[in-house]
Amino acid sequence: MNTRAILAIVRKDLKVAVQNKGVLLPMIILPLILFVAMPWLMAYGPDLAKATNTSFSNMDEMLGHMPVGLLHELSGYTHDQQLIVFILMYMLAPMFLIMPLMVSSILAADSFAGEKERKTLEALLYTPTTDRELFTAKLLGSWVAAIAVALLSFIIYAVMVNAAAWHSVGRIFFPNWMWIALVFWVTPAVAGLGLVVMVFVSVRAQGFQDAYQTGGLVVLPVLALMIGQISGVMYFSLGVVLIVGLVIWLIDVVLLWFASKSFRRGELMTKF
Amino acid sequence: MSSPVIQISSLTRRFGEKNAVDNLILDVQAGEIFGFLGHNGAGKTTTVRLLNGVLEPTSGGAQVLGLDPQTEGSALRARTGVLTETPSLDERLTARDSLSIYADLYNVPRADVAVRVNSLLAEFELADRADEKVGGYSKGMKQRLALARALLHKPEVLFLDEPTAALDPVAARHVHTLVENLARREGCTVFLCTHNLVEAQKLCDRVAVMEHGRLVALGTPADLTRQYVKRLDVDLEVDPVQMELVLPILQGLPQLVIGSPKQEKDFLTLTLSGREAVPELLAVLVQKGLRVYRLAPQEANLEEVYFALHGDAQ
Repeated sequence: MNTRAILAIVRKDLKVAVQNKGVLLPMIILPLILFVAMPWLMAYGPDLAKATNTSFSNMDEMLGHMPVGLLHELSGYTHDQQLIVFILMYMLAPMFLIMPLMVSSILAADSFAGEKERKTLEALLYTPTTDRELFTAKLLGSWVAAIAVALLSFIIYAVMVNAAAWHSVGRIFFPNWMWIALVFWVTPAVAGLGLVVMVFVSVRAQGFQDAYQTGGLVVLPVLALMIGQISGVMYFSLGVVLIVGLVIWLIDVVLLWFASKSFRRGELMTKF
Repeated sequence: MSSPVIQISSLTRRFGEKNAVDNLILDVQAGEIFGFLGHNGAGKTTTVRLLNGVLEPTSGGAQVLGLDPQTEGSALRARTGVLTETPSLDERLTARDSLSIYADLYNVPRADVAVRVNSLLAEFELADRADEKVGGYSKGMKQRLALARALLHKPEVLFLDEPTAALDPVAARHVHTLVENLARREGCTVFLCTHNLVEAQKLCDRVAVMEHGRLVALGTPADLTRQYVKRLDVDLEVDPVQMELVLPILQGLPQLVIGSPKQEKDFLTLTLSGREAVPELLAVLVQKGLRVYRLAPQEANLEEVYFALHGDAQ
């Protein structure tokens, strides 16, 4: 493997991608909403409810339907603290996965379908890089960037959650082991899923927007996890997170195998 | 010129029912500027792709620099440079970034990258705007940058696909000079795909003419004109006082003179049935007492060859 060539393609793709507003804006706006605004809103939710005499009974009711394991994990907190910890620690956990999924999808869409749209792939195909190096480089840039952005988002979220909830919880409670597994075990897998799906989508897509819109369907499993948790069917325990991560890794391996089989210069030249 | 650098044997590439390249057989010698002519869709670009191992043939094969493009494509592409039909440039990168990245891809020694990039930027008159994004460049500048990129690693074989299509005459001449220098001074073999026949005539040692993926003619421009252009245009100048006598004489020689002569300011342009008609016409004119000052054949060019080969299309 020619690492110099791989890094050159990664550098090229990232340099090109960050100058596309369609790529950059969602990567800035979504974390600001999810990981900066949301913790403060949720942490002060119970106080706001009291101040405005709004009932929080729906949340209480939802909490009442949660699995025993979750209730046990929340048992050390007061009622108000339970609500805050439940929302910030558990309810938003699946949402966190949208971040690596979205970033890898956007970058892969720009790297594959965007390159097709800009008609810049041909020059790359005439370089001495092998098909495998090209495939690795194309995936690596999007994957590493997605993980980096997710990691940064996690750090920001951790700071925001503890700061926002300090008035109520009074100590650093975030992250727990489930979140550590989520960030370091599930996040890379989810980022991989986003970009491998986008490789397939990009073959048929006409351009970046087309690929991104079609590939957006990949967030559906994450939404299913969120609904599953809100409805009390399951909750993000450490065990669940480890299993979810394992399943996604296995899906990644299978999809990656198929994608690498179809990633041939000749195919790219005729389809792109 | 010595051994063949490109050897193509029965190369065929089919897309569905259509043969983009159909049983192509030809050799290109080292240091040669080889013209590959044909209409759009004649199979020129597909051939370049096949010869660089970025497209797989349906049947047949090729050797470029002694390497098989299909099995040794990576090693081969390290020694060839390709200017694609569209510049294929990332418009969000600067020219300097673009060249630096491709220098890494072509494995230019790290210590040489900056020097090589700067020298190419200067040679192609892009140094002043090297740190601007390519999106703001004119078509000609983009074409020059794409050509600079193809030369980054000093390729032994250079494939040029319509290199002057987007260039103004000055820039086109610059490219012609560069191509000639590369071939004549540095021994680089140039495979020039073009439908600019004047360009091919000017630059190429030999040309191949393609039609619907098939090779229909191959040879030096001079050979091809002799072979395919049967008629000959000549300029005829006689004593001005005898000018009135000439036309009736020419009209009486339909076996030698085709069509009506065209009257220029002080001479006539006429089309003869062939090269052998020149001495016969001269003999007749002298025999009739005309004082012939000039009977000058016009050299046939590739354009006439091309139109002779594609006569049905005309």
